Amino acid sequence: MNKAMNQAFRKRKITYTLAFLVVLALYLISAYITEFDLQTGIKAFPEAAKWMSERLIPDAKAWERLPKILDKLFETALLSVAVTVTAGIGAFMFSLLGSKTTGFRGIINQLVRMTAAFFRNVPDVVWAMVLMFSFGQNILTGYFALFFTTFGLLTRSFIETIDEVSASCVEALNATGANFIQIVFQGIIPSAMTGIITWILYMIETNIRSSTLIGILTATGIGYLFDMYYKRIEFGSAGLVVMAIVVLVIVIETISIQIRKVIK
Amino acid sequence: MPILEFKNVSKTYDNETKALNDVSFSIEEGEFVSIIGPSGAGKSTLLRCINRLVDASSGEIVFDGQDVTQMKNKELRKVRTKTGMIFQHYNLVDRLSVIENVLHGTLGKKSTFSGMIGHYTEEEKLRAFEILESLGLADQAYKRCDELSGGQKQRVGIARAIMQQPKLILCDEPIASLDPKSSKIIMDHLADINENQKITCIVNLHQVDVAMKYSERIIGVSDGKIVYDGTPEGLDQKTIHKIYQSKTSDLITDIGGEAHE
Ligand SMILES: Nc1ncnc2c1ncn2[C@@H]1O[C@H](COP(=O)(O)OP(=O)(O)O)[C@@H](O)[C@H]1O
Ligand SMILES: [Mg+2]
Repeated sequence: MNKAMNQAFRKRKITYTLAFLVVLALYLISAYITEFDLQTGIKAFPEAAKWMSERLIPDAKAWERLPKILDKLFETALLSVAVTVTAGIGAFMFSLLGSKTTGFRGIINQLVRMTAAFFRNVPDVVWAMVLMFSFGQNILTGYFALFFTTFGLLTRSFIETIDEVSASCVEALNATGANFIQIVFQGIIPSAMTGIITWILYMIETNIRSSTLIGILTATGIGYLFDMYYKRIEFGSAGLVVMAIVVLVIVIETISIQIRKVIK
Repeated sequence: MPILEFKNVSKTYDNETKALNDVSFSIEEGEFVSIIGPSGAGKSTLLRCINRLVDASSGEIVFDGQDVTQMKNKELRKVRTKTGMIFQHYNLVDRLSVIENVLHGTLGKKSTFSGMIGHYTEEEKLRAFEILESLGLADQAYKRCDELSGGQKQRVGIARAIMQQPKLILCDEPIASLDPKSSKIIMDHLADINENQKITCIVNLHQVDVAMKYSERIIGVSDGKIVYDGTPEGLDQKTIHKIYQSKTSDLITDIGGEAHE
């Protein structure tokens, strides 16, 4: 007993040591290749902060632009919410096919999981670049780029949520003779709802951040404004954009924390 | 005519685990039958073959005059409305209220749409309430199920099954997660339903003493085979050993324990 325990602990120690060495080696190798020096990196921080505090302070002209900035900010937030909600609805229906609980066959399960993995694993920025060929610099490009990754990620999360929280009541409802649609609405949706909403809120937050970045690429939304001001060296306005984004993200996060508390 | 008949039923999972091996027996309407056996013996599989939550690999299962093993969708759901099921872990929709869970017992007989939106008739609601009252749960009717204790949850499970107005109730280890006091309440309710509503009950049990106290007939399953089928009185030490094979540890906790009175 004691011996087995000692052995187990020794094994764990060796694992940790090995993991540490591997991480260290990876760091050294990549630092060498990219010529990145942690010390200079850290030393550069104060300077960067100083630069930012001097230039990124909104000036009078920036404040004049506030309505326009807020307008674009609102557009970006709305886009993120719209994308997440539509992708969420699609993902929920798709996840019913991918879940083991609902009793679909193994091949359908696999197909759904593979499709979801594909959409999820291509980064949204890459989706945006690819889609730019078909839609051009357009809000639709941003919409679909975010839609695809959100759809892929939510599908997988919903499958996990459904399998985890509703397997037992689905079995019972099947035993009463209820049909598939009744089981979805009376069993799966009520038991998985909290999980689903939590995931959707999380994805709205993530998408607001992503859509800012994608906006730079597709010349839409708040990202475009930031890019424009920055390139025109109007740092004051660019700074106000950044501040507006930060405030929005904090507001959204506060709201979603409150919602999560209520639906618990 | 028996209400349920197993004819040479076998079940093999994934082409390797033989969970049921040529099982045959029949049950008359109104019987209270306990199925005992060590864990892994095939009790849950046997029960689930009846309402086809598990598909038997071979053999015939005749319930209420029809072979269920060949049934397709609609016919199967109709059979399921006639068999209530009670689970070890209650299997309620925890986030819905007690009364809604009880009303789920009517889903199989409702139209897709009214079942989907949870529209129930006045008569159905009244009956659900009466059932809850008879199980001592009237005060909890509008509580969410996750606020209930284990014993209360299992009574909701029973209420849902009775709501179906079934001919047969299948109970898969209904008291395995409960303390002795709640266990007694649950078993007493099952006995009461069997006696007063004449609903046939098949109860998988882990505890031999509980099976002996409540049932008029005990089926002992071991390794997917029936090794005993008879009255509780006929179940002697030797047979119990045979059912539980070398698993004497099960015996000590099951028979020696005074906890289940
Ligand atoms: N879904 C399943 N897939 C594969 N094997 C299973 C499955 N369910 C049960 N088994 C196996 O079948 C045998 C009987 O299981 P079960 O019917 O659950 O027994 P009991 O209810 O008596 O404990 C066990 O060996 C178990 O591992
Ligand atoms: Mg079992």
